[in-house]
Amino acid sequence: MKALSQKRRHPLAAIALLLMGLLLTGGLYAVATTVNQAKADTTSYSASDVEEGGKLFAANCATCHGMGASGTNDGPSLVGVGAAAVDFQVGTGRMPMQMSGPQAQKKPAQFNEEQTKQLAAYVASLGAGPAIPEEKLLDGKGDAAKGGELFRVNCAMCHNAAAAGGALTRGKFAPGLAGVTEAHIYEAMATGPQNMPVFNDSNITPEDKRDIITFLKTIEANGSPGGAELGSLGPVSEGLFVWVAGLGVIIAFTIWLTSRTS
Amino acid sequence: MSASSTAEAPFVPKTKVGSFTNFVDERVGGSGILREFGRKVFPDHWSFMFGEVALYSFVILLMSGTFLTFFFDPSMAETHYQGSYTPLYNVEMSVAYNSSLNISFDVRGGLFMRQVHHWAALLFVASLGVHMLRVFFTGAFRKPREMNWVVGGVLLILAMAAGFTGYSLPDDLLSGNGLRIIDGVIKSIPVIGTYISFFLFGGEFPGTAIIGRLYVLHILLVPALILLMIVIHLFMVVVHKHTQYPGPGRNDGNVVGYPLGPVYAAKAGGFFFIVFGVLALMAAAFTINPIWNYGPYDPSPVSAGTQPDWYIGFVDGALRLMPGVVNNFHFEWIVFGHTLTLNVLLPALVPAGIIFTVLFTYPWIERWVTKDNREHHVLDRPRNAPTRTAIGVAGFTWYCVMWAAAGSDLIATHFHVSLNDVTYWLRTLFFIGPIIAFIVTKRIALALQRKDREIALHGRETGRIVRLPHGEFIEVHAPLDEYKRYKLVGFESPAPLPAQPNEHGVVTRKEKRRAALSKWFFEDRVAPATPAELEAAHAHGHHEAITSGEDQKSLSH
Amino acid sequence: MGNHSDGSPNHSGTVATAGQNEVEKFQDPGLPPHRLRLADTDPVAAKRAERQVAILFGTSVIGTLVFLVAYFAIDLGDDTTIATIRTQNLLLGLGTAFAMLGIGTGIVHWAKALMPDHEVSEERHAIRTEEDRQAAVRIVDDIVEETGIKRRPLIRNTLLGAVALAPLPALAIFGDLGPRPDKALAHTMWAPDGDKLKRLTRDPDGTPIKASDVTIGSAFHVIPEGLNELHEGKLNEKAKAVVLLMRLDPNSLNPSKGRENWSYNGIVAYSKICTHVGCPVALYEQQTHHLLCPCHQSTFDLTQECKVIFGPASRPLPQLPIAVDAEGYLVATSDFREPVGPSYWERDEHERLINS
Repeated sequence: MKALSQKRRHPLAAIALLLMGLLLTGGLYAVATTVNQAKADTTSYSASDVEEGGKLFAANCATCHGMGASGTNDGPSLVGVGAAAVDFQVGTGRMPMQMSGPQAQKKPAQFNEEQTKQLAAYVASLGAGPAIPEEKLLDGKGDAAKGGELFRVNCAMCHNAAAAGGALTRGKFAPGLAGVTEAHIYEAMATGPQNMPVFNDSNITPEDKRDIITFLKTIEANGSPGGAELGSLGPVSEGLFVWVAGLGVIIAFTIWLTSRTS
Repeated sequence: MSASSTAEAPFVPKTKVGSFTNFVDERVGGSGILREFGRKVFPDHWSFMFGEVALYSFVILLMSGTFLTFFFDPSMAETHYQGSYTPLYNVEMSVAYNSSLNISFDVRGGLFMRQVHHWAALLFVASLGVHMLRVFFTGAFRKPREMNWVVGGVLLILAMAAGFTGYSLPDDLLSGNGLRIIDGVIKSIPVIGTYISFFLFGGEFPGTAIIGRLYVLHILLVPALILLMIVIHLFMVVVHKHTQYPGPGRNDGNVVGYPLGPVYAAKAGGFFFIVFGVLALMAAAFTINPIWNYGPYDPSPVSAGTQPDWYIGFVDGALRLMPGVVNNFHFEWIVFGHTLTLNVLLPALVPAGIIFTVLFTYPWIERWVTKDNREHHVLDRPRNAPTRTAIGVAGFTWYCVMWAAAGSDLIATHFHVSLNDVTYWLRTLFFIGPIIAFIVTKRIALALQRKDREIALHGRETGRIVRLPHGEFIEVHAPLDEYKRYKLVGFESPAPLPAQPNEHGVVTRKEKRRAALSKWFFEDRVAPATPAELEAAHAHGHHEAITSGEDQKSLSH
Repeated sequence: MGNHSDGSPNHSGTVATAGQNEVEKFQDPGLPPHRLRLADTDPVAAKRAERQVAILFGTSVIGTLVFLVAYFAIDLGDDTTIATIRTQNLLLGLGTAFAMLGIGTGIVHWAKALMPDHEVSEERHAIRTEEDRQAAVRIVDDIVEETGIKRRPLIRNTLLGAVALAPLPALAIFGDLGPRPDKALAHTMWAPDGDKLKRLTRDPDGTPIKASDVTIGSAFHVIPEGLNELHEGKLNEKAKAVVLLMRLDPNSLNPSKGRENWSYNGIVAYSKICTHVGCPVALYEQQTHHLLCPCHQSTFDLTQECKVIFGPASRPLPQLPIAVDAEGYLVATSDFREPVGPSYWERDEHERLINS
C-alpha cells in the first residue's frame, strides 16, 4: 500500500474532500428526505461482526483509508459509504488495491464471505449508507423491457448497449457486465464506485434496479440469436471480422481456384 | 454474318436443344456473339478475382435485399412492439424498427437473410477496395484503362452510399446516432448546411421522413446506379480485354490464359457459389448488427462503441482525430456574424476529398510525369514500380490511421492503454505515418528488385553448403531456367525524363516541374539484368562449374 | 479473328516473340512447355477426380435438404426462445453454405482436374483503327452539316437557352422536401410556458425531480416536463432538450459572471447534446467531473462550465439555468441561453437573438 505513487494522491485527496462535503452538506439532505433514507440496517450485523471487521480493517485497509476509516491522502474516508460499497469493492476484489492506476481493477477477492461481511458491518457502523440489497430485489424476475429502457438511458453510454463495456478518459474504463453477480450490479448502482455516478433510490428506485438486473441477466442468458457475438462490440469487430476471416477465406478459395492441379 | 450463312444450304438442327438454340439464333443472332466470346481468353491469377467477389456480393445483395423488402416497412410512425423478443416487449418504437425486429424474430429465415445481406454488404465494399488496391499496385489503371479506373472509383463511392443508407434503415439506436452525426456534419457546411439538413430530414432532426427517403435511395436509386456502372465497367473490360502479369510468352500484344468456355466460365461460375457459400457460413454462425441489443432510436441514449460500418470508419476516425481547441485556438470561427465550424468541416471533407481526388486523377498524374502514352496490358509487379507502390502504401497507411482512429475507444479498452494517448499517437501518425510508409515501402521494393536481379544473375540459393578442395565453403546456387529468369528480367525500368523544350524551343516552368517529379519517381531504380551481365556473372571466377557431379550447378558466394 | 486456340497442347508454345533489342534485353522465351496433370495421363486419377466432383455435388444436395428441414421442422411460434431461433439460423445457414459450396467447389474441381488446362494466347487488337476514326469524323461532320446548326445561330442559341433553363423546374420541385430553417433550432422545450417554469423530469418516466433527490455524485438523465405528452414532434423536441443533471461540491463549481444563480446547491444541468456533431454526451465521471462523448471522445470539464478539455468539440456544453420551486422540485428558470447541439451557419445569429 505504501507503494502508492505520488500521482494517486492528488485525485484521491479531492475525493476525500468531496466525501467530506457529502457529510457536511449533502448528508443533511440524505437524512432529511424520505426517498433517500439510508436503510443501513446495522441491526443485522452482530457486535462481534463489527468488532472483527474493525480488526480486519485496521490490519488491511487503514494504511490508506486511515484509522477509523476517516481517510488519508492515499484513500478516501469511508464514513457513510455503507455496507453495499464494502461488499462491492471487497467482494469483487477491487479492494484492497493491488497497485495504483487509473482505476481499481477487478481481481480474485482477497477476503472470504465471512470477512467481507465483517468489514461491511464495521464500515456500516461508522455512518449511515446504502445497505446490501435484499434477496427479492436480485431475483431477476422484474420487467426486462422496462429494465432495458432504463439501462439504455442510464448505463449504455459507458457500459455499451449489450453491456460489453467501454472506454472512459485517461485509461479508465467501464467494465463489461457479463458474469457480474446481481448483488454487485445492484451495489454498484447504489454506491457509484470509482468514477461511476451514484444512482440513488430516488433516481432509480429499487424496483427499477431489479428491472435492470433482470434485463442484464436475460440478455446474458439468451445469447445472440444470430450466432457468435464477436464481443458485442458493434461495427468495428464486424468490420475486422469481414476483412480478416471473410476475405481470408475468400482469398484461400481464389488461390485454390487459380492454382494448377498436380 | 447471317447473310453469308443463308447463302449456303439452310442449316437443319439435329437435336431438340439444337432446334431451340437455332430458333433463338435466327431471331437475335446469338452465334455471332458466341463466336466472339465463346473462346475469349482470360488470364488466371488469384488477385484477379476480387472484382468478381464484388460482383457476386452485389448479386447476393440484390437477392437477399429483395427478400427483406417484402417484410420491411420504412415508416417512422410510433408503435409498441408486440413481437416475441421479450426484452423489448411493449417498448415504444418506430414501425421501421418494429418490422426489422419481426424480420429477425418472427419471419422464418428472416434473420438469416438480414445477416447474409449485411455480411454481403461489408464484403462488397471490402472486395471493391481490395480490387482497386490490386489495380493500383499493378498499374492496371494505365492507358487504355483510365476511364474504367474512374468508373471503379464511382462504384466505390456508390457502394459506400448504398451501405450507409442501408445501415440507417432499421432505425435502431446505433444507426439513429449515426444519422445524427451525419446531420451534425451537414449542418457544419457553410451557408447551405442548415437548409440541406432541413430538406433531408423534412424539418428538424430526426423528423418522420428520413427513413422512407433513405429507403427509396437504398433500394431504387443507388442500386440502379451501381448496376449501370457495373454494365459500363464490364463493357470496358470486354473492349480492353484483361490485363496479365508479366512472364514468358506474355506481352502487350497478346493475352494468355484460359478460354472462357469451358474452363474460365466454369471457374468463374463456380466461384459465385463459393462466395455465396462463404457468406452463408458467416451469416449462419456470426451475428452481425444485433439491432435488438441497441433498442429503438431515441435522441437521449447512446451506446459505448457507437461506430459506423467499416467503410465510413475513416471519416468517423478523422472526426475523432481533429482537435477542436489547440492551446486556446478554437477551430470554430465567427465570420461576419456567421458560425464556421472548421473542427467538423475540415475532418469530414478534407481527408476524403484528398483521397478521392488523388484516386480519380492518379492515372493522369502518372501519365503526365512519365509522358508515357503507350497502351499497357502487361502489369507491373509492384516492386518494379517502387515509387508508385510507395505512394499507394503511403495513401493506404493514411487511410488506415483514420480507420484505426474510428476504433480508438476499443483499442484503448482492449490493449489497456489510455484513450487519450491512443488519440495523441494516431494524431502523430496521421502526419508521419504516410511518410514513414513511403520511405520503407520504396526501400523494400528496391531491395526486392535487387534480390530478383541477384537471382536472375546467380541463380536460386539452394541451402546446400559445399566444401571446396582447398577448404573454402560455398553455397550451391541453382541456375534458373529461361522461363523463370524472364519473369525476373522482363520488365521496363524507366529512367528520369529530363525537361524538354516545347515546339518553340522553350522549357516551360510546368515542364520543369514535370521533370522534377519524373526525377523523384525514377531516380532510384534497379535496372533489370541483361544477357551481357549474365554472361559476365557466369564468366566470373567463382562460377566455374565443379566438374565432379556438379556440372549443372552454378556456384557463387 | 485472332489467334484463338483450339486448345491442342502443341499450340501453346508458338507465341512469336517481339523483336527486341538483342544486346540490352533478354529474349522472351515464349510460353513454357505444357505440363500434363495426373488426371491427363492416369485414367484412375481421372476417375477419382470424377468421383470427387460427384461427391461435392452430392454434398450440395444434402445442404439443400438440411435447409428445407430446418425451415419446415422449426416453426417460430409465440413461445419461441432465442435458442430456437439461433438453431434455425445456424441450420438454414449451414444448409445454404453446403448447398452453395458443394456446387461451387464441385464445378471448380471439375474445371481444374478434368477440363483442358492449356493456356492459350490471343492477339489483342487496336481499340480503334485510324480508318474508323476518319469515317466517324466524316459522319459527324455530315450530321452537323445536315442540321445546319452552324449556319443558323439563332436556332442554336435559343436551343441552348431553352435547354439551360429546362432543368430548373426539376430543382424547384424539390423545394418542399422540408420547411425552410427558421428559428426552431434556437429554442427548446425548456422555455417557460407563460409564467410556469418547466420542471426537470426523469428520462424516460417523466417524473419530477426534487433537489434533495440529487445527492453528490449522482447523475440524472432529464427531459422537460410535458415531453412525454407531446403527440407530434416528440423526438424532435427530445433531440434538443435532453439534459444531464449532476451534483458536485458547490465549492468545485466556478461559475462565471452572470451564471452564479444558474445552479442550486451544487446541482447543475447541462445540455446532453454534444456541440461537436450532436451525440449524447452522457458519460459522467463523478470523481474527475469530466463528461465524455462516446462517439468522438470530446471531453468537457464540469468544474470549468463544461469547457472542452479534449477532443474535437470546440464549444462548451450549454448550461440550463435551474432553481427550485415552492414544492422543492427542480425547474428551469429559462430556456438555454444559446442554441444547443452542433454548430450551424446561423448559430451565432440565433445566439444573439436569444440574448437580445
